Amino acid sequence: MDTVTQPPHVRLANDIAVQFAHRPPEEAAAAVAAHLRAFWEPRMTAALLAHAADGGAELDLVALRAAELLRAGS
Amino acid sequence: MVPHKDGGANEGHSCVKGRFAFGYASHPDRVLAPMVRDSFADEWREVSWEEAISFTARRLREIQERHGAGSIGAITSSRTTNEEVYAVQKMVRAVFGNNNVDTCARVCHSPTGYGLKQTFGTSAGTQDFKSVAKADVILVIGANPTDGHPVFASRMKRRLRQGAKLIVIDPRRIDLVRSPHIEAAHHLQLAPGTNVAVVNAMAHVVVTEGLVDREFVQERCEDFAEWEAFIAGPEHSPEAVQEITGVPAEEVRAAARLYATGGNGAIYYGLGVTEHSQGSTMVMGMANLAMATGNIGRDGVGVNPLRGQNNVQGACDMGSFPHELPGYRHVSEDGARAVYEQLWGVPIQDEPGLRIPNMFDAAIDGSFRALFVQGEDIAQSDPNTQHVHAALAALDLLVVQDLFVNETAKFAHVLLPGTSFLEKDGTFTNAERRINRVRPVMAPRTGKQEWQIVCEIAQAMGYPMHYDSAAQIMDEIALTTPTFAGVSFAHLDAVGSVQWPCNEAAPDGTPIMHTDGFVRGRGRFVETVYVPTRERSTRKFPLILTTGRILSQYNVGAQTRRTANVAWHPEDLLELHPHDAEVRGITDGDMVALSSRVGRTTLRAVLSERMPVGVCYTTFHHPVTGANVITTDNSDWATNCPEYKVTAVQVALTPEQAAVREERLTRPVATAGE
Repeated sequence: MDTVTQPPHVRLANDIAVQFAHRPPEEAAAAVAAHLRAFWEPRMTAALLAHAADGGAELDLVALRAAELLRAGS
Repeated sequence: MVPHKDGGANEGHSCVKGRFAFGYASHPDRVLAPMVRDSFADEWREVSWEEAISFTARRLREIQERHGAGSIGAITSSRTTNEEVYAVQKMVRAVFGNNNVDTCARVCHSPTGYGLKQTFGTSAGTQDFKSVAKADVILVIGANPTDGHPVFASRMKRRLRQGAKLIVIDPRRIDLVRSPHIEAAHHLQLAPGTNVAVVNAMAHVVVTEGLVDREFVQERCEDFAEWEAFIAGPEHSPEAVQEITGVPAEEVRAAARLYATGGNGAIYYGLGVTEHSQGSTMVMGMANLAMATGNIGRDGVGVNPLRGQNNVQGACDMGSFPHELPGYRHVSEDGARAVYEQLWGVPIQDEPGLRIPNMFDAAIDGSFRALFVQGEDIAQSDPNTQHVHAALAALDLLVVQDLFVNETAKFAHVLLPGTSFLEKDGTFTNAERRINRVRPVMAPRTGKQEWQIVCEIAQAMGYPMHYDSAAQIMDEIALTTPTFAGVSFAHLDAVGSVQWPCNEAAPDGTPIMHTDGFVRGRGRFVETVYVPTRERSTRKFPLILTTGRILSQYNVGAQTRRTANVAWHPEDLLELHPHDAEVRGITDGDMVALSSRVGRTTLRAVLSERMPVGVCYTTFHHPVTGANVITTDNSDWATNCPEYKVTAVQVALTPEQAAVREERLTRPVATAGE
């Protein structure tokens, strides 16, 4: 799976995560989660959470942690 | 057409489009009666307004009943009036019951909205156009005003001829770099996709050479210390990034010193800033630079987007974004939602809706089934045409409201004929936040204003949406949107035009923003890390394509191609550096194949030393070229604004050159309207 074949929620979440990669991991994940909460339509977030729950293949670690934060509602 | 000399924005000036290219309003291609069909493979059937509206409303409700409230949505247009846009977003929020509304600013200036809101607190340029007359140093980034914004360019050139200094940051050697009586002090001819590295390097110089306006920063801004430590890092120095950007370090240092110390420094920018994978980051980078040097909050300075269409600002102001209600209030703000819930009598969803690219993805995955498109040709203007066409073809219902059977309408089930600006009654808001009246010079040729049609669809869907006039819609906008509280047609008729915010605190409007404090309180410095785009040149696609506009044509050309202006630009051309042409055996005027990892098209090559080696350029005014067959679905990380400005491509003489030439000779050229 490359960026051409990645599902959009994976590609877009990774694009966001890399922008915050310079921050400490937990802070970066919180920033990504806040961004997703503010700008993503719920079905996209649901697709991301499902992908993360399914192992999160090709999902950036910061994005994966952001998905965990969203799932936990924090 | 000659503009009124008292017009606040243009003061009697217009470009070749405004002056000559309005004949499309009477072009024989105009659709004047509604049309429907069950499948886009069928022939169109002319029907009455009643039948078209009832067909649309019934199908929308059927789709929602079957696939859920979120299965439908709409796209508003930056060519229509504020009142027409407001009506569409109201239909989506109050009648569709979701926030699936977006606008064509998604594909141009949505990063401006994000970046300026994060840093200054509101999504708009800071100055009026007149302000450029007080600028001492003008920094033009990713914009070509000579072609794209010619009336403003005239103002700018007047100031440059008076002695203001000019810095141009652009991969192309645009006309402003050197033209009669004008010469840029510095042209930072950067590699496409490296804007953020360059603006960071300029900020690095400002910080490390003691050029920060510390008094301004201390009084007006926050988060400066963290940003200062970040930007002072050696990785941001001009020397460290010159290999990435291609701009000599000394040139960056000289430009930064000039901007910081040359008097009033004013930034003007275009889609060469926003249409990148880091478009939003770059907008914040420019805001950082302006705040650090104190170039905000007075005449002659500021950060100013040069916008692409007549009402991009207004369409954004009117709540067209899926996360924002009118006046840029997030849908999660209880107080803002309550205003509309009380007035409209329905609950408003508190989570964002789908953006345009998300709508396409959801159409393909089957969860998004119907789309209302107001005055936009997404099948031609949006990137990765194959993906867009697949999405449109997957919809159960596509409703297009437009003057013509455009490329998008080829996939539509309903065509609702629209009105040209000569028939509209309402307001437009330009890039300086100036709200201007547009008055009809002839009755709507279709018999209805576009907002009336939207209201009738809403009513047919069971919601009592009715206005007696466009003025009444503006009254509702003023009632519900704090920045528009003092706006009415009567006020505009009395004063001519007004720049928002226009309310009790600023009854005469606000030509220059952030004069005493920023809209968000204190201006916020944001760390802008440079992250290279994933789009790279490769052995297979060794050149970088960047796209843009030309003076005589307007966007996808649906209007201007149907005027005599087409004589000045009958086809899209590929500008190519002579070196890149020579190694491929291409000579000036050859038909060439242009290909990327997503698609391929053919067009005529023009050799030009305006392009750096390794970079080529084309426009997207003609559907027969279909430049967006080439562009990819890469987008700005924060807003999904497409990365039109960086696509890895190959250019080659095409084996079917003879056929292409023959096709071109027989290609129909639209005749001008009367």
